[in-house]
Amino acid sequence: MTVEEAAAAIREHDAVRPRGGGTKLGWSPRGDAWDLDTRPLNRILEHNEGDFTAVLEAGVPLVEAQAAFGAAGQMLALDPPLGTGATIGGVMATNDSGPLRHRYGGVRDLVVGVTVVLSDGTIAKSGGKVIKNVAGYDLAKLFAGSFGTLGLIARVALRLHPSPVHTATVTAATDDPAALAGAAARLAALPLEADSLDVSWRDGSGRLDLRFGGATARERAHAAREHVGLDTGLDEDDAERWAELRERQRGDIVVKVSGRPTDLPTLIGALPAGGSLVSRAALGLSWVSLPGPEAVAPLREALAPRACTVLDGADRVDDPWPTVDPGALAVMRRVKQRFDPAGSFRPGTFVGGL
Amino acid sequence: MDGRLRDAAPEGPTITAPAAQADASPRDLRALVAELREICGDDWVFTQEHQLRTYESDGLLQYRAIPAAAVVPGGADEVRRVVAACARAEVPWVARGAGSGLSGGALPVEDGVLIVLSRMKRILEIDLENHRICVEPGVTNANVTAAVAPAFFYPPDPSSQIVCSIGGNVAENSGGAHCFKYGFTTNYVTGLELVLPDGEMVQVGGRELDPPGYDLLGAFVGSEGTLGVATKVWLRIVPSPETVRTLVAFFDSTREAGEAVSDIVQGGVVPGAIEMMDAKAIEAAEQAARAGFPMRGAALLVELDGAERECDARFEEVSTICARRGSDDVRVARDEAERQRFWKARKAAFAAMGRISPNYFVQDGVIPRTTLPQVLERIEELGREYGLIVANVFHAGDGNLHPLVCFDGAVDGEAARAEELSGRILEACLEAGGSITGEHGVGVDKKRHMPKMFGEADLDAFQRLRCAFDPAGLANPGKVMPTPRLCGEVPGEYRQHPLEAAGLAERM
Repeated sequence: MTVEEAAAAIREHDAVRPRGGGTKLGWSPRGDAWDLDTRPLNRILEHNEGDFTAVLEAGVPLVEAQAAFGAAGQMLALDPPLGTGATIGGVMATNDSGPLRHRYGGVRDLVVGVTVVLSDGTIAKSGGKVIKNVAGYDLAKLFAGSFGTLGLIARVALRLHPSPVHTATVTAATDDPAALAGAAARLAALPLEADSLDVSWRDGSGRLDLRFGGATARERAHAAREHVGLDTGLDEDDAERWAELRERQRGDIVVKVSGRPTDLPTLIGALPAGGSLVSRAALGLSWVSLPGPEAVAPLREALAPRACTVLDGADRVDDPWPTVDPGALAVMRRVKQRFDPAGSFRPGTFVGGL
Repeated sequence: MDGRLRDAAPEGPTITAPAAQADASPRDLRALVAELREICGDDWVFTQEHQLRTYESDGLLQYRAIPAAAVVPGGADEVRRVVAACARAEVPWVARGAGSGLSGGALPVEDGVLIVLSRMKRILEIDLENHRICVEPGVTNANVTAAVAPAFFYPPDPSSQIVCSIGGNVAENSGGAHCFKYGFTTNYVTGLELVLPDGEMVQVGGRELDPPGYDLLGAFVGSEGTLGVATKVWLRIVPSPETVRTLVAFFDSTREAGEAVSDIVQGGVVPGAIEMMDAKAIEAAEQAARAGFPMRGAALLVELDGAERECDARFEEVSTICARRGSDDVRVARDEAERQRFWKARKAAFAAMGRISPNYFVQDGVIPRTTLPQVLERIEELGREYGLIVANVFHAGDGNLHPLVCFDGAVDGEAARAEELSGRILEACLEAGGSITGEHGVGVDKKRHMPKMFGEADLDAFQRLRCAFDPAGLANPGKVMPTPRLCGEVPGEYRQHPLEAAGLAERM
């Protein structure tokens, strides 16, 4: 399939749901739409090693892209849980991310250009393939996290980074939420240049994981131990550990909380029995795993006014999206109307009924 | 406006001239000015030509326009009321911060209103625990860092940081010397309070990341004042680096220096800054800053910042690479004073051009870094063809070139030739796979080059965004887009969703 063929197919359907690897299909209501499978858009169009950039078609599985980049000692610094075949288009559309976000930012910070297909079949691009560029509006940011409701993300240009030659992780555990939050806050305020800083909580006990990457990762991890203020360990063979932390972002019912670093004790306090969380402690972003759909409302109430979005299990709750400020929602509605005037892309499935 | 909007094609944005600004009659403006005086007070509304001259240009002096009125609101609510009054009177307006922009982005619209945000410079909130600061748009870039120092800093650092305002930085998505490592304004803005062109006030984002819904924040930052005006800005700040190490290495040619840059970046080093100057730029900078730079083919300033251990290890590596790539003169800053001297020379390069040339144009092209040698050669070739000197200053890490095209405005036709040469240089950047602007913005200056980078469908998609925010086209008209466009009605019927029909959801 080519992008042009995708555009022709979009024109022919009244309602379209772009889908990639299908690892996050439950993240918003199903809606009544024809599935546009992006996986045939599977070419790595460019990998400009010397420039640390790449251009991918939307259906390229992230695992495949990372293998190609890795062969050159490079990576896309985006490490969400991948399931069996998450594609770059799907990761972008859902604004998914992982522990590396601590250092490298999220989708919006790593995508430098995008080609989209709109409901009338228009193929349009924004940005470019250089890492610095302010020409024209930044439509890539608008489409990142739009859950396929504005149009099809067809091609994505990305900034890459060098893969760390070594990694090392400082670990600590405590069952005192205040001590855990205090340690995370101390570390976040220091210029450690760590790759990741995660805090997690399960079954009444908490854990802190602070990962360093680079030539001096081990030395820097060792030096950071004194700042933790808890008993620490050092893990130099830490790949498994981080794979496991990433997987904690997935579950039966998972709520993503857009909060503040200082919310952490409140967040832990709000966990119901059987609940758990993993938090990018310096960013204030948390993924809370709940035992059932009925636990969503009490969590929202305890954390109000923080925005709580149901990801896994969204198709099984009444209101997966949090309430959006009416003024901002009115602008979003106008954006939707301009980009998707026919209302073809997943109508009624996004925030505020968009 | 209704009649004209209905005439637009139903398929969405169309190209139609002229732009909205011609509409307001003088009588309408007198009524509007009276209203502005009521909102902001007589002292803060200017209509006399000698007062308005102050605002006729931004940092790009070749463009001039006198607005009908300039108004200097004292707070967000006054801005809202000013914009609402302009919307009711159907008068276009332009927001202006410090006026230090380099693309004519804050050039006033004749017969329009200029909204000057220089009084709004309060720091509203500092939340070090959550790494946030909230400021009014008139606060200078440098004052943001000053407010959170020494433990934290605000990384985007345009050369004009002492004077340029955060509101302007948001409009232009400003970069600076350190953005290869740290990113641009857009990576640091977490929330905005906006006045939309219809006079509505909304908040997008806030202190938290990933607010639900479309990333209006990401769309707004860098929109060059065409989507509305920010009245409050939440910024992310970061811990100040443990250590900073700076060196300058001199090479015989920009090719050698370029190879050193490639080696450094390929090796996995992400320097805080990596800046290159060619012989002409060194000559000018040295005359102004007297940093003791020798007259060589190229100077490479490399700054590493971060954890002490990592910097030490990497600094050795960088010195070795520079020597291997042909530098026989690597100078390491021994103290902060020497570091400041290095930077002064680099930052003086633009202004110093005045010492070796009566006039010059600054360009802002971007290229994939690996194409640097070919593009530099091409620029030199073009310079010879046009008989003009081109000096080059680059943010070498991210391939952002600032060619300075030197000319003498007193010589008949030379300015026009220099402008044509500037255009040819941007074309060379595009042919290499780059962009027409890395950090200065499109403004009025580069809008004619937009069609070289973007096709009609791309520009049409941009216009859809513009129309979602500003259907009447009153916010900074005549900027960014190459030709004036109007917004049609929202095309087609917006279909009612079944949930809506069932009364389970509603549209506002």
